[in-house]
Amino acid sequence: MPRDPEVLEPGTLSRRAVLRGGAAVLGGLFIGIELPAGRARADELQAAGAALNAFVHIPVQGRVSLIMPAVEMGQGVYTSQAMCMAEELDVGLDQIEAIHAPADREHYGHPIFYVQATGGSTTTMAWTEPLRKAGATARAMLVAAAAAEWNVPASDLVTTRGVITHPGSGRSLRYGDVTDRAAQMVPPADVPLKSPEQFQLIGTRARRIDTPDKVVGKTVYGIDVRLPGMKFAALTASPVLGGKVSHVDEAPALAMPGVRQVVVLEDIVAVVADNTWIAEQGLRALDITWSPGANATLDQAQLWADTEKASTGPGVTVRKEGDATGKFTAGTPIEATYELPFLAHTSLETQNCTVHVHDGVCEIWVGTQVPGYAQAGAAQVLGLPPEKVTVHNHLIGGGFGGRLEAAPIVTATRIAQKVAGPVKVIWSREQDIRQDMFRPLYHNRLKARVENGRVTAWHHRVTGPSILARWLPPAFKDGIDSDAIDGAAEPPYALGDMLVEYVRHENGVPFSFWRGVGPNSTVFSVESFLDLIAHRTAADPVALRRVLLGKNPRARAVLDAAAAKAGWGTPLAASPFGARRGRGVALMHAFGSLLACVAEVAVTDGGDVRVNRVVVATDVGRVINPDTVVAQVQGGVVFGIATVLHNRITFAGGRVEQTNFNDYRLLRINEMPTIEVELLASTEKSGGIGEPGTVVVQPAVANAVFAATGVQLTRMPLDASLIARSV
Amino acid sequence: MKRKVVLCLAALAVIVGAAALGVTGWMVFQPGPYAFATGKPVPLSAYQGPAPTGVPVELAGADPAMRGAYVAAMADCQACHTAPGGKPFAGGRAFVLPFGTIYTPNLTPDPETGIGNWTDAQFLNAVHRGVAPDGSHYYPAFPYPSYTMLSDEDVLAIKAHLFSLLPVKQANRPNTFGFPYNQRWLMAIWSALFNPDERFRPVPEQSPEWNRGAYLVEAAGHCGECHTPRNLMQALDQRAKFGGATAEGWTAYNISADKVSGIGDWSAEELAAYLSTGHAHGRGVASGPMGEAVELSLSQLTKADIGAIVTYLKSVPAVKGDLPALAGPAPATPQLAGLDNPVGKRIFEGNCASCHAWTGAGAAREEAQLTGVRAVNDPGGANVALMVLHGSGAPTPHRPHMPGFGNAYSNDEIAAVTNYVTARFGARSSTLTAADIAALREAN
Amino acid sequence: MSAISVNGRTYEINAAPDTPLLWVLRDELGLTGTKFGCGVAQCGVCTVHVDGIAVRSCQIPVGTVGQRVITTIEGIGETSAGARIQKAWLDLEVVQCGYCQPGQIMSAAALLTANPDPDDGAIDAAMSGNLCRCGTYVRIRQGIKHAARS
Repeated sequence: MPRDPEVLEPGTLSRRAVLRGGAAVLGGLFIGIELPAGRARADELQAAGAALNAFVHIPVQGRVSLIMPAVEMGQGVYTSQAMCMAEELDVGLDQIEAIHAPADREHYGHPIFYVQATGGSTTTMAWTEPLRKAGATARAMLVAAAAAEWNVPASDLVTTRGVITHPGSGRSLRYGDVTDRAAQMVPPADVPLKSPEQFQLIGTRARRIDTPDKVVGKTVYGIDVRLPGMKFAALTASPVLGGKVSHVDEAPALAMPGVRQVVVLEDIVAVVADNTWIAEQGLRALDITWSPGANATLDQAQLWADTEKASTGPGVTVRKEGDATGKFTAGTPIEATYELPFLAHTSLETQNCTVHVHDGVCEIWVGTQVPGYAQAGAAQVLGLPPEKVTVHNHLIGGGFGGRLEAAPIVTATRIAQKVAGPVKVIWSREQDIRQDMFRPLYHNRLKARVENGRVTAWHHRVTGPSILARWLPPAFKDGIDSDAIDGAAEPPYALGDMLVEYVRHENGVPFSFWRGVGPNSTVFSVESFLDLIAHRTAADPVALRRVLLGKNPRARAVLDAAAAKAGWGTPLAASPFGARRGRGVALMHAFGSLLACVAEVAVTDGGDVRVNRVVVATDVGRVINPDTVVAQVQGGVVFGIATVLHNRITFAGGRVEQTNFNDYRLLRINEMPTIEVELLASTEKSGGIGEPGTVVVQPAVANAVFAATGVQLTRMPLDASLIARSV
Repeated sequence: MKRKVVLCLAALAVIVGAAALGVTGWMVFQPGPYAFATGKPVPLSAYQGPAPTGVPVELAGADPAMRGAYVAAMADCQACHTAPGGKPFAGGRAFVLPFGTIYTPNLTPDPETGIGNWTDAQFLNAVHRGVAPDGSHYYPAFPYPSYTMLSDEDVLAIKAHLFSLLPVKQANRPNTFGFPYNQRWLMAIWSALFNPDERFRPVPEQSPEWNRGAYLVEAAGHCGECHTPRNLMQALDQRAKFGGATAEGWTAYNISADKVSGIGDWSAEELAAYLSTGHAHGRGVASGPMGEAVELSLSQLTKADIGAIVTYLKSVPAVKGDLPALAGPAPATPQLAGLDNPVGKRIFEGNCASCHAWTGAGAAREEAQLTGVRAVNDPGGANVALMVLHGSGAPTPHRPHMPGFGNAYSNDEIAAVTNYVTARFGARSSTLTAADIAALREAN
Repeated sequence: MSAISVNGRTYEINAAPDTPLLWVLRDELGLTGTKFGCGVAQCGVCTVHVDGIAVRSCQIPVGTVGQRVITTIEGIGETSAGARIQKAWLDLEVVQCGYCQPGQIMSAAALLTANPDPDDGAIDAAMSGNLCRCGTYVRIRQGIKHAARS
């Protein structure tokens, strides 16, 4: 895929930095946060008023604009980023306007990834301090300007809700009154930030700033863009993965009223029409012959088998402490494998992109997690310098990793290149699934030696593709994909002698990030395996974990909180959803956050699983907006339950077998458990919360099914036929 | 004493033997497919009326390619000779029978894997007599006892159409029949008993429309192959003509004049709409094999030909069935006293109510109406279950389409929602179990 | 050419009669608050009201709308139930990405109009056709009950 030409300088990003969410390395990595006055974002902002730095723009009249480096896709970061800036700037959230950042890595490059991206539950970790600093710096400049105007010491001035007051004289003015003067000043270095006791916004249950427009249908997502003269396009790729167009009879589509054009690319056929429906009908009317290519025999059983086979081959050592291999030969180890399927993102807003190529420039309207990759990708297609490509970003109707790739934008640009005027390309749900870049298929091989209730040797081998090698090459070091092994390399437990290995295995199926990323596979495997160990050693799953967490009080506190709230050890009530009932636990330390989860399930005789109750305790460090943390855990749990119960992408004859929500099954409101979330107070560094709920609930549910049925399922999603019982 | 016993046994043997012969004879000596009609059939050459064979009058002047395509559509070869997602006419579609699975052969003109080297005589022999060029006999899954009524000209028109297609190289798959069903020579005996090897004989006493309809229904359309029950020897039981049967797990309903179980109370307009578009208001949507028959065959026919089919169908005498009378609309309130099926309700409210509505009247379009639909009022439930499993209709332009749920919902869930739908919107609840759904998945 | 009534306004329609109402609203009338999600009535993000009944607009051919009154998310705030649902959604911070919420709000408003005090079973019956990928179901249920009490 296209990539920004520059990459990280060696040494700026260590594997552990990504692994640990980068909290430790933030200080040295801030680029574009030196806040030079006048080097602000777009020219139009400059013209309308002063941009005090890349993140804060204060017009003479009107609301304060805060430019959002991380995109909003439901995770609440427009609000939390605004809270960080507004906290230090001393304005109210009701006084600000959120602006989507343009493609501009220099100013909005991610402090951890360096590229301009939103993902990995890193926004709070990465941006909290830079944005607070941006707000504080802007405030200091405004205060200095007022002090100069009044000829009083800046330290005598106080600020509140965008007004600067000199208590001594009773004078006051609005930020807008001194914004021009402030913009001429040299930004001060090392402006002090507020201490937590001084916070007025951070840590409060602030109202989200994006919600009012969303409940009245006013929010403009990428798919809602409307431009004068715009046409609408529907597209299809080969049913067989990677197939090419062999022949198209365009006539049946062109004969339909409202169809304007058929665009045939090497791998895509698109119909351009006066509205989306006509385009879709035109596409259905086409008779397309595809050349299936090498994937015509791609089959799911083979994909599983190939990965399994790769997992027995040589791997790269990720972590080695002591002599785990030696210890295994001295006793009988416990062994298991866990396999995770391909998954689709299925955001409710399908992939879409509006592109207008004209007069040597390209304009793109889209909701993307990677504006820079989008710009570079389109520029490469068109042979234009990146600055000739403008990306107008939008709020996103669900990301989940599905908008961390520029591929759909590149496809839309290739179509638009052949169309006169702007064209909105919309993926049908079927095409959104077929053309997705899937959560990879992962294989985890685990082995442990248990002596006297303790684990004395541990071997975890992760087999899967490397997303980072393609997406962020500098982060792929020494043959190790730090995302794929996140959660395996540094589990929160004391597990004796450790050997963690990674086998990079790629199978031709396109893959990318997916909510929960690497820990979805590793934490699922570790937590499932611990329950297997508990089962084999007749230990209680919580008690076993408590023993293994002896040196990790922070994690143990989270586990204990979840167990206590869930009533671990007490009898389960009867359930109308199945005679077999069970409770399962799981713990997760990733994304800088700690979560423990207890799930209660009922299982029918036929093997259908109903999750009745989920309890989650969290220690996410210092919280910006506690209501958002709760919301993210609630939502992540729902996402994870659908995953563990139902979701899989499978291949037959090279074709993705799933098409739409009839066969890619999401949880519905009438299948919901009760969800209880407890936030533990914490003064640790802020962690991420977009993904952890999804990660932690999956093994908790699987372990509950194990408890209910006595069968541990090792290939996801849960297969009802393997836990059915005859009655 | 001993002698008496022997005598008794001999007598018994004679009685049993005679009874067996009688039953066999009853099965073998079937009335003709339209023996019910008043009049005396005559050979085509002796018939004075307009030709019941070939293309309709309005296409008489069309070029041979179009006429060939029309006759091929009349006979609906494509549905069976195309694998799901495969190339048209290239074969490979599986039919799961009690004795094993049979795969249809490649009909494209590929000389190696298709019929590219076949002569006219060989093709006629196959279609009229069920005999392959190598002399082996086809299984009657290939409906040659119906096709035997097609005129030579029409059979060769079909051949010409097939030979106009692009050849597809796709080897035929052998069937999986075990002994004794793998003994193809047995089919020669079967064929001698059940294939009269006789071309269509019009009935001068009946109207030209009726005769055209009879030809379309009996010879080309081979409707009875699905809608007429079979006897123990797998031959069509013409005494229960169109009384309903099972095909690929689907119930092919009674299409005789019976007012409750059959189509006796369908108007001619309803029948014509259903056959030509796959839907008549309040009658449901043709799905499964019937949906294919509409899409690939009946929807291609002229209005006059559809009218002729309706005329003929309306003349078929009633065969009494045991289906209940159709139920009226359901209440709009989701919760119904006396309908305790929480799993079925859960699936219905999540996946079905959006289109079908709690009343069953259809929420947004009339095709989604459940009220009054035969399948919904069938306590057997098979067709509802199969529609839930596989959906109905392809997402082709301007046609209603229901997605299938079989890939993401368990057998228990499919059974529950089927029982819920038949209970809420039909005459009586079906009582399908997970095992029944598993069997339907196998059959289809 | 025909006319339909949307949010109290009459619009001339050029689209073919079999065009789903969804695409007429979005592409022709510019009422993009009603969303596209699946096209097969499995997700509910396209829900509008037809004479007050919640209907998936991806399934209703515009030619069958006739004189019936269409209400979309842009107009539902004019109704008592719609306004109460929208306020409850704000009060409880129901929304995450928000893409499904126009459909959720339309389904919830129809429910509240028909049933001023819905219990859990009634909420399931009315809301299960609406998917939310962000998983806001806990708060949707709370929001409906909150609106019913307001």
